[in-house]
Amino acid sequence: MPFTLNVNGKSVSVDVAAEMPLLWVLRDVLDLRGTKFGCGLGQCGACTVHLNGVAVRSCQTTVSAATRAPIVTLEGLSADGSHPLQRAWEELDVPQCGYCQAGQIMSAAALLRRTPRPTDADIDLAMSGNLCRCATYTRIREAIHRAAGNSTSTTARLTEPATISTAQ
Amino acid sequence: MDTPMLDRRSFLRATALAGGGMMLAIYFDPAADVLGQEGSRAPAGGAAYKPWAFIKIDPNGAVTIMGKNPEGGQGAKVHLPMIVADELGVDWKTVRIEQAPLDEQSFGIQRTGGSTATPINWEPLRQVGAAARGMLLAAAAQTWSVPASELTAASGRVQHAATSRSLGYGELAARAAAMPVPDLKTVTVKDPKDYTIIGTSARSDAVPAIVRGEPLYGIDTKLPGMLHAVYEKCPVFGGKVATANIDEIKRLPGVRNAFVVEGGPDLVRTYPVCCIGVSHSGGVAIVADSWWQAQQARTKLRVTWNEGPTAADSSAGFATRALELSKQPPAIKLYNDGDAEGALRGAAKTVEAAYYYPFLAHATLEPQNCTAHFHDGKMEIWVGSQTPREGRQVVAQSLGMNESDITVHFVRMGGGFGRRILNDYMADAAWIARQMPGTPVKLLSSREDDLRHDFYRPAGFHYFKGGLDAAGNLVAWQQHYVAFGEGEKFAPNTGIGGASFPAGFVPNFSFNASLMPMGIPTGPLRAPGTNGTTFVYQGFIDELAVASGKDPIAFRLAMLDTPRKLLPNARDAFNAERAKAVLRLAAEKSGWGKRTLPKGTGMGVAFLFAHQGYFAEIAEVSVDAMNRVRVNKVWVAGDIGSQVINPLNAVHQVQGSVIDGMGAIMGQETTIDRGRAVESTFNQHRLVRMNQAPHDIEVHFLKTANAPTGLGEPALPPIIPAVVNAIHAATGTRLRSLPISKAGFSWA
Repeated sequence: MPFTLNVNGKSVSVDVAAEMPLLWVLRDVLDLRGTKFGCGLGQCGACTVHLNGVAVRSCQTTVSAATRAPIVTLEGLSADGSHPLQRAWEELDVPQCGYCQAGQIMSAAALLRRTPRPTDADIDLAMSGNLCRCATYTRIREAIHRAAGNSTSTTARLTEPATISTAQ
Repeated sequence: MDTPMLDRRSFLRATALAGGGMMLAIYFDPAADVLGQEGSRAPAGGAAYKPWAFIKIDPNGAVTIMGKNPEGGQGAKVHLPMIVADELGVDWKTVRIEQAPLDEQSFGIQRTGGSTATPINWEPLRQVGAAARGMLLAAAAQTWSVPASELTAASGRVQHAATSRSLGYGELAARAAAMPVPDLKTVTVKDPKDYTIIGTSARSDAVPAIVRGEPLYGIDTKLPGMLHAVYEKCPVFGGKVATANIDEIKRLPGVRNAFVVEGGPDLVRTYPVCCIGVSHSGGVAIVADSWWQAQQARTKLRVTWNEGPTAADSSAGFATRALELSKQPPAIKLYNDGDAEGALRGAAKTVEAAYYYPFLAHATLEPQNCTAHFHDGKMEIWVGSQTPREGRQVVAQSLGMNESDITVHFVRMGGGFGRRILNDYMADAAWIARQMPGTPVKLLSSREDDLRHDFYRPAGFHYFKGGLDAAGNLVAWQQHYVAFGEGEKFAPNTGIGGASFPAGFVPNFSFNASLMPMGIPTGPLRAPGTNGTTFVYQGFIDELAVASGKDPIAFRLAMLDTPRKLLPNARDAFNAERAKAVLRLAAEKSGWGKRTLPKGTGMGVAFLFAHQGYFAEIAEVSVDAMNRVRVNKVWVAGDIGSQVINPLNAVHQVQGSVIDGMGAIMGQETTIDRGRAVESTFNQHRLVRMNQAPHDIEVHFLKTANAPTGLGEPALPPIIPAVVNAIHAATGTRLRSLPISKAGFSWA
């Protein structure tokens, strides 16, 4: 079945089954492989994209439900990796394996859109649907604060050991 | 354990690059078991010596350093090149890291596992960098006709201070390549006080690509004409297909092919010493235009199975059998010292406890996948694997091919955690691709496949009796470990070194085991062995401390002060002084024993020696009336030797280990029922989520005069008993079985 989608500001046509999840349309049809498959059940958040500016799980969104609103994937978050979250992620070296981070950044971007200066509680609430198997949560939280321009006191402790001493 | 180093059986060679650059290489003597201590890991093969090429210097001065190991977030792709760069004498910002291809004859061991990257490579990589620097100095000396001793090298330039002359490495590279290559034994490495890169923070080279969503992982592999496959395996481990509606499946939308995969022999029940990698479960493969179509077709699949003997296995049955065995004399003697039985009889106080930890899946966030292309009798593979070389062997064995006809491209892994040490998915993909000659096929597991067909961290049952004398000293330790295997052969990753702590530190000590057979595939999970036993040992020690009336840290320090008996196992390098030092450091930083905590809040401690590193961890937790647990803060003190090579990544590994380890406390278990894994989703296998993770994990390192060691694993196990012991301190409830959610606890 033919569908027209607006992905990252471009209109694209695909011919797929109506119930095909947006995740697989993005990855296997449109070659936008930044959006990741983690569970297929909406439980891990790795596949998070924006639909009309709202974070959705693309594995739970059928292509037919995605035709009426603009879709933004990580590839379309900024033209050149300059979104404040992308910069903060680089500055704080947030990823370990990195596999979940597309979903993390897209969830965080949706949060900052509606709550430009989030508190820890706002962040925890918005981000707890996104699993990180490497458990980079402390840096994710910090990077969101940094992108929001919030000042926090924990940066040094997150990126450098609290102390390195030499045994006597 | 001593780490294997480069020795006389390996040597350096320099090669001039076309256009005037240089490439410095190490050649391995294939006959020499340079890496033998990792277990017959010598580069195999014949006469062709190939370069282990680490450093390329282009005429324009650009420096490329190879990252030799598979990378999945551990950070060795950055910190191993840092070692080379520091000795070479270049600025880190000028270095480009390149992923090395799979070629162990040229590169030596290419493996991610066991926290081995640092200890194996620390010495040889410094020598490589220093040798290159020496050759560049020699080239400059020849150019200027001055003694090399008058020259210095730094920031990619050689300086002659006396005449204020300097030349860049790029300008010297061609000449340097022709210089005599120094003997590695004579290479002078830097004094650590002169390090400019080692010990400074360097970011992961992959982050810019990650945050832009560039394809990086195995799952992102895309080849012209590629098809997508799913593999419905028998839900019972080792079972085979009896009948399947293959013809019906082939007619479904997008389906290009479907066929029965026979599966390998049931090697699991032979309890191989190490990891087997081939899928022994048979099933049906469906190949389609898209993965989603293959998955859709799968819902129409009707298979009858020959389930085989493992259908009789269950977690409940294992628990019943373990309890029976615990009441019988142990079948296997592991370590016995003094007279534990007699000392228990004479003890002023005895403590008895049964501990349990379950089977556990790995749950890498990137589900297992592999792309294989069989063409012209050869197999080409793209895969995220921690052990690509072993994977190639598994494919060769499974398919009856020569390794030389198999090319493996290894790519970034979306997590490893030990799961990708096993290469079953690689063999499966190759097997499926061979049915489709000329067509690349990507095999991808669903999350359910991934959790139901793992090589699980084995469950373990531990039955303890401990005895204290009138002064509260630990005088007797009796432990009956009930595990899996047959006769005296332990199933993979169930064996525990009998001679490790606390063996040798208790005057009357008895540690023995009994085994029960099973057909569940087991394998290494991050911090194999210790990820279960640390909970057990440090939990029981905590019980003994409480029974003795002593402070839990003081009790542990006293244990470590016990005059130690020599252990028969020479590989046990446990150093009590290093363990004590990290315990004291963690105590100091956490204010242990000095802070007044509110009701319902408690602190717990644990320590571990593993992967040659020492870690003590202290957790402060609060538990409410509903048994909801919040980990308020964690203090970690670690000793990984003389250098913390990349502090930025060191903190990352430790903080990640702490939160990852918390997952095993609360929400993770793989239950076996009728030979099947029950849990198959993230709602059943619960990782820690952001709102449950502690906000503050203080990481302290103590540098000691020991060679640097690895950090991917040893910080994980202690958090489990630290939190569980803290729950006891907060509530008086002693938890001896994981996950504690089964006892009514949850994260706040």
